[in-house]
Amino acid sequence: MSSHDNAPVDPNTVELWDYEDHGHDFIGTRTLGFWLYMMSDAMIFAALFAAHGVYVRNFAGSFTSQEVVHPMNAIWPTVFILSSVMTYGLGMVALKKGNKSGVVNALILSFLLGVGFLLMEWREFSELAAMGAIPQMSGFLSDFWTIVIAHAAHVLFGLIWMAVMIVQVAVNGFDQNNVYRLLNLKIFWHFQAVIWVSIFTFVYLFGAI
Amino acid sequence: MLVDLQGPWNPIFGRLGLLLEVHYNNPIIFFAFMMVVIGGTAALSWVTFTGRWGWLWREWLTTVDHKKLGIMYILVGLVMMLRGFVDALMMRTQQAMAVGPDSPGVLGAAHGYLPPYHFDQVFTAHGMIMILLAATPILVGFMNLIMPIQIGARDMAYPYLNALGLWLTVAAASLVMIALFVGDFSHAGWVGLTPLTELPYSPGVGVDYYLWSIQIGSIGTTIGAVNLIATIIKMRAPGMTWGRLPIFTWTTLASNIIALTSFPVLGVALALLTLDRYIGTHFFTADLGGNLMMYTNLFWIWGHPEVYFVVIPAFGFLSEIIPTFSEKPLFGYVTMVLASMAIAGVSWTVWLHHFFTMGASPGVNSYFSIATMLVGIPTGVKVFNWAFTMWRGKLRFPTPMLWAIGSLFLLITGGMTGMMLAVPAINYLVHNSVFVIAHFHNMFLLIVYAAFGATVYWWPKVFGFKLDEYWGKVFFWLFTAGTLFVFVPMYTLGFMGMTRRLDYIPHTSWEPLLLLEVIGTGFYLLSILAFVIQLGVSIYNREKNRVVASDAWGTSRSVEWMTHTPPPFYNFAVTPVIHARDEWAWRREHGLTNLMPEKFLDIHMPKNTAVPLIISFFTLVCGFALVWRIWWLAAATFAAIIIAMIIRSFDKDTDYIIPAAEVERMEKEIVARAEGRIPAGEPAPVGGGAGGAYASKRTPTQRRDND
Repeated sequence: MSSHDNAPVDPNTVELWDYEDHGHDFIGTRTLGFWLYMMSDAMIFAALFAAHGVYVRNFAGSFTSQEVVHPMNAIWPTVFILSSVMTYGLGMVALKKGNKSGVVNALILSFLLGVGFLLMEWREFSELAAMGAIPQMSGFLSDFWTIVIAHAAHVLFGLIWMAVMIVQVAVNGFDQNNVYRLLNLKIFWHFQAVIWVSIFTFVYLFGAI
Repeated sequence: MLVDLQGPWNPIFGRLGLLLEVHYNNPIIFFAFMMVVIGGTAALSWVTFTGRWGWLWREWLTTVDHKKLGIMYILVGLVMMLRGFVDALMMRTQQAMAVGPDSPGVLGAAHGYLPPYHFDQVFTAHGMIMILLAATPILVGFMNLIMPIQIGARDMAYPYLNALGLWLTVAAASLVMIALFVGDFSHAGWVGLTPLTELPYSPGVGVDYYLWSIQIGSIGTTIGAVNLIATIIKMRAPGMTWGRLPIFTWTTLASNIIALTSFPVLGVALALLTLDRYIGTHFFTADLGGNLMMYTNLFWIWGHPEVYFVVIPAFGFLSEIIPTFSEKPLFGYVTMVLASMAIAGVSWTVWLHHFFTMGASPGVNSYFSIATMLVGIPTGVKVFNWAFTMWRGKLRFPTPMLWAIGSLFLLITGGMTGMMLAVPAINYLVHNSVFVIAHFHNMFLLIVYAAFGATVYWWPKVFGFKLDEYWGKVFFWLFTAGTLFVFVPMYTLGFMGMTRRLDYIPHTSWEPLLLLEVIGTGFYLLSILAFVIQLGVSIYNREKNRVVASDAWGTSRSVEWMTHTPPPFYNFAVTPVIHARDEWAWRREHGLTNLMPEKFLDIHMPKNTAVPLIISFFTLVCGFALVWRIWWLAAATFAAIIIAMIIRSFDKDTDYIIPAAEVERMEKEIVARAEGRIPAGEPAPVGGGAGGAYASKRTPTQRRDND
């Protein structure tokens, strides 16, 4: 920069235009954008966890967290969602090898495990509703339902995405678009797992003591 | 449904039955409605009778060109600014009329002409519109328009998302405008004070309009932030190192880092309030474990960074305008970059100064007080840098420079009063007084000044002709008179103890100052007239004021002045190689101003798409349905959004190549036109460059067939 400013310049040799069209790194650009989006999504959960810190003891005479939160019940969904991430990871290994059926199978397995997670959450919250621990009862219950369901919504969205990707890969194979989408979904799927681990720790484990 | 609602609800029409209670015979609502109907009809018939529907669709509605999207962002911002200004006019006149117990009342108001509930909606709409739907779109528009050219890129990193961001902003603005006539708007202040915004205290749809329009708009802004940051990181021309990035691009980066991290928090605050209102949770209620200050905290954790989100790009404008008209490089480039980033960082640590009176401990208040005062350091650095840039410069004072210098004065006064407000002891006295209002309007006006400066400064680059200087100066001085007459009395009234949001003024001794403020709004009104005349005169005389050189001001410094005026849709025929911090100034000094490359290459460009428009239309309908609790429609449109996204994901036909020979032909035509070898009246060139301001005859959609 500044070293150039006063240096003599030969107008005949200076390169003003870039004649080697480098194009740009398509997949890298798409993945960077997704990382940025993940940053904003992380802020959503940062705000929700901050809110959790405020509402964690606001039982308002209704159910306490010990009555509502059962970490042992949350173990099974945890196993399912982390296995789903692992099978997705195996799919990424298959992607590296260019193994189309490997990717599709891993995605299907991962999808089913994710559905299993959601079904178990559904059961947990149906039981809570049956015993009357609904979000309208207290600030704590509002917060508990919201933070867990916010994560579940991410899982649901990820599952829709995964279903679309299964079709996409089966139909279009590994074109540039599908590769970056698989990579982004990998980021997203790991992200929701990290959020789940935080929920398990801060909401379930801390809530039980 | 879900919660007990006051008033009618049925499964098909939701709460639309409430509309029967709206007073359409109120002359104010009627007048506004007629204005929109007449304006809308005039615009639509103009488009129809001049046969421009196809043009509108191809060139604007489905475009992914960052320049056109930027122009549309700014247009939306200007329209909403006008709406916000009318709100301001109503507030000023109401307060001037409703002084003392003897003041008369008309139209159902005890004093003045606006009943309290209506007045409250007016100030809520004013605040929310001016910040989220006027300032934000105008600034994002400039970032869109200028930043990619400044870094030597052809387009944004994600052109499709860029269009989506714009149309979501339009959807948000439309929802607010619909609220004007279909139902009512929030009456709880633009900050959405809890628990006033809770359903029992605001049973109507006003707060719901407020919630959903902000929610939609903030999704648009977040998408825009992702795009702008990725563009700066990934799309820079060769040689454009971080140390050579123009300051406006740096400020774009700083402010979008703020947007990316703060808008989600606003989304959470509003979503939790929405849950309270829609399913009866207890986040911000006063009972059953709710915590209403939690809303205020979350809101300002977004709100304060948002303030810097809008001010930092304005600093970027000043940093581009002042060196150009001082004919000197910007003083202290590195400190300018560090100051922008420092302001962005500190913006996250000061939110509590908006409510020192919450009653946090002295330790907490002291911390936030000191953090707030820290902001003065980087801002001061910037002021000194601009001053030193002008020092011994070859100063010229065309309108952009006048706006820039006006902006500096406002920054200094607003900054000083900001430092006063940062002291909790003072803040306790003037909390929620109009002193605070005068302070933050002072700060927002500096943004408005910088934005008007930027408009005049970049206008010739974008449209190919300069704006009229005479009317520009009339506009500037009238606007400045307005600023002085409105806000000096307002500071004074604040010290006299006048609180904000008063629909009735008990002290008759305040009347003279309130009347002065009305005179000020009169100046503002005249200044808007001058602006419209300026635009009209400039467009009428556009051939006379035509700019053909790439550098409209002769002394510009950065890369956006290194392409044709106006830029063709591909920005640069061949990507430039960057050698210096002020590349264009460097090339000018070395006599390298020839824009014609030696050879041409194929150009890879994105194709137009209607999907963002469709998604945003569904989002608007979804928002409307949620406001009125028409669940089936909300569910259907939400599903439609998801399906549209999935269908789009199967579309592989999203790009095209312009062959090198075609680029060469367009470039030669642009140059021929610039040299006057093609008469100015000829139809727009194939390159979309000079003459037609982007209205290229050959558009990307048409080229679908032969690429």
